[in-house]
Amino acid sequence: MTLHTLSVLVENKPGVLARVSGLFSRRGFNIDSLAVGETENPDVSRITIVVNAESSPLEQVTKQLNKLVNVLKIVELDSQVSVARELLLVKVRADRTARAQVLETVNLFRARVVDVAPDTLTIEATGTPDKLDALLRDLEPFGIKEMVQSGTVAIGRGSRSITAGPALRAA
Amino acid sequence: MTRPTPETLAHSVRRARPATEPAADAEHAPAPRNGAAPAAPAVRQPAPAQVSGAGSLVRSLEALGVDVVFGIPGGAILPAYDPLYDSTVRHILVRHEQGAGHAATGYAQATGKVGVCIATSGPGATNLVTPIADAYMDSVALVAITGQVARPSIGTDAFQEADIQGITLPITKHNFLVQTAEEIPQVLAEAFHLASTGRPGPVLVDIPKDVLQAPTTFAWPPTLDLPGYRPTLHPHGKQIREAARLMTGARRPVLYVGGGVLKAGATEGLRRLAELTGIPVVTTLMALGAFPDSHPQHLGMPGMHGTVAAVYGLQKADLIVALGARFDDRVTGKLDSFAPDATVVHADIDPAEIGKNRHADVPIVGDARHVIDELITAVTTEKSAHPAIDLGDWWTQLDDLRKRYPLGYEEPADGTLSPQYVIKRLGEIAGPDTIFVAGVGQHQMWASQFISYEKPYTWLNSGGLGTMGYAVPAAMGAKVGKPDTVVWAVDGDGCFQMTNQELATCALEGIPVKIAVINNGNLGMVRQWQTLFYGERYSNTELGTHKHRIPDFVKLAEALGCVGLRCENAADVDKTIEAAMAINDAPVVIDFVVGKDAMVWPMVAAGTGNDEIMFARGVRPAFDEDEI
Repeated sequence: MTLHTLSVLVENKPGVLARVSGLFSRRGFNIDSLAVGETENPDVSRITIVVNAESSPLEQVTKQLNKLVNVLKIVELDSQVSVARELLLVKVRADRTARAQVLETVNLFRARVVDVAPDTLTIEATGTPDKLDALLRDLEPFGIKEMVQSGTVAIGRGSRSITAGPALRAA
Repeated sequence: MTRPTPETLAHSVRRARPATEPAADAEHAPAPRNGAAPAAPAVRQPAPAQVSGAGSLVRSLEALGVDVVFGIPGGAILPAYDPLYDSTVRHILVRHEQGAGHAATGYAQATGKVGVCIATSGPGATNLVTPIADAYMDSVALVAITGQVARPSIGTDAFQEADIQGITLPITKHNFLVQTAEEIPQVLAEAFHLASTGRPGPVLVDIPKDVLQAPTTFAWPPTLDLPGYRPTLHPHGKQIREAARLMTGARRPVLYVGGGVLKAGATEGLRRLAELTGIPVVTTLMALGAFPDSHPQHLGMPGMHGTVAAVYGLQKADLIVALGARFDDRVTGKLDSFAPDATVVHADIDPAEIGKNRHADVPIVGDARHVIDELITAVTTEKSAHPAIDLGDWWTQLDDLRKRYPLGYEEPADGTLSPQYVIKRLGEIAGPDTIFVAGVGQHQMWASQFISYEKPYTWLNSGGLGTMGYAVPAAMGAKVGKPDTVVWAVDGDGCFQMTNQELATCALEGIPVKIAVINNGNLGMVRQWQTLFYGERYSNTELGTHKHRIPDFVKLAEALGCVGLRCENAADVDKTIEAAMAINDAPVVIDFVVGKDAMVWPMVAAGTGNDEIMFARGVRPAFDEDEI
């Protein structure tokens, strides 16, 4: 099984996310991560789905997704030629004795402190899932009190745009 | 797949066009059959008018050319029933919403038009779930209109509230929750377009009560806005040429024909293609009638209860050309051992069907009519370049199988009436112009085996979902759509007890359907499995319709305003059928009291491969492997 990143462009209408996510569970696919947001065209939303699947069942799920009336376009983003990022917010135990070490780790990973309390620091970091995993591993010994992670968002490298073309311009 | 293929791009083209643009709609509409009007939006253009949302709904139905709807009113849909009272659209008041759904399905399958059913919110809508799922599995153009609680009440667990849009998400081609009265004409036009074009399917339109009550302006035609929907109708020329090359070069080819050929109105073309190539034809349960049963190239139905020749034809083929069929598990048996030597050409209008179950060596996305027409041209070209392989040896083997293992049955040893005999005589007496509608179970399989289907759209049944109770309401819908055609439902005593209340509808609305209840006193197919696989332990399959005559189907028929007849022995079969045929002013029910031990043969047991086909209990066909 390998991870595949699908960019699914959909009509920005109520219920479309349920149609897409429901299709994955119905056809027996596990979604690794999912992120939704508007695109440069307010009529079009972009769903980034990371799914763990063999290529043959993945083709079937892509075809089934294409049958959804509100789905406009599906592109699989190859990790070699795309940029993928996740956002992490993590609350780490950092009292006076540990604070300096925590801050050093934050700097090493080019993360940022976004909130300070007497015994904790809240850290914001973006990056590939690998980088965020590494950061978490280094922070773990201090004590992670709480964390939250976004789904992956991804975009192709180079000047080409998957939202270009007459298909996806405003109606 | 990793890049936007032409397919994905095709889906992404944003197109807005008026509902009545003739060129586009003519392309998408199923072929008019037997003079039936195209299902796409009709070209009636009423002037803009001030109406309620409900008025807009009814006017939209009129503008779409709907002549009949099946439904039951209730609180949330009530506003729609007021303008319906004055409409040219005929409303048939059914007794259960499930009946409305199957009636609309039967109507659609018999006429090629869109079937329409209406229900209120909550339980009305949930009662439509079974027929919607049924239409989804069998790709039937169905539009279901449901009332919903008023918008401010949505999400509050209001009285008779059910999230029918959410519930039907996995069993509809698409569904809508209408948000404003203004959008009603557009949503209706889109619903009809989606239901009837591409791979047909059910579309649900849920309309809140306050939207039905709101004042609005009705204007027609609306503009369709379905940027993500553009079915591929015309096949790729290169794939067609490759298919034609394989078809003229194969030694053991088979045309595997599914319901898509009927949906596309491609039966004439199919016959020409078959005769041009000389290739044997098998028609699935959903395709019976697409190719005449009497045609010498027809091997019969493949699958779990198919003919030995059809099952073996597919199994030993070196080339399978699938046309509008989906390699369903009832056809393939154990997938791993299905047709191991076959190269597969798979043509379907739904790209997701291609390669879903069986890998396709030559995938063809397109409407079966276009695919078949283009295959005829390509095969003709191919044959003029070099002569096709002679299929003589292949036909010798298949003819031998047909001769040695014809469809047949044994008379019951206990002297009871044979169900197969009843069904066979019914087919012979009623004739090939009759529409036969089956329930689900043994009687359905016998009706598929022992009635000869010579014409398209004369066989309706619930294939994919296997919905017991389908026959009576679907026959009602078919009769409404084809009032001048004789419609016989072949039903079981189990099935019949699920939906027979629609006979009251038939009696009151002047819909003289005929019902043959093949009454063996049991849930026959389940009993057959208990006989074969559960050591003859008959747990909960005895219905008491023999032992206690509860219910008495003759009395029940009479109570429902029908003529009730009974037949208990072979000598009376013909005259009872003839008596029913002579009655045209009322629905007729015949209670055929038949033996309980008859079984459906041949059979490929669930979970086994097609090579394991049993011709009869304990009898495996002897195949000379060296021949093949």
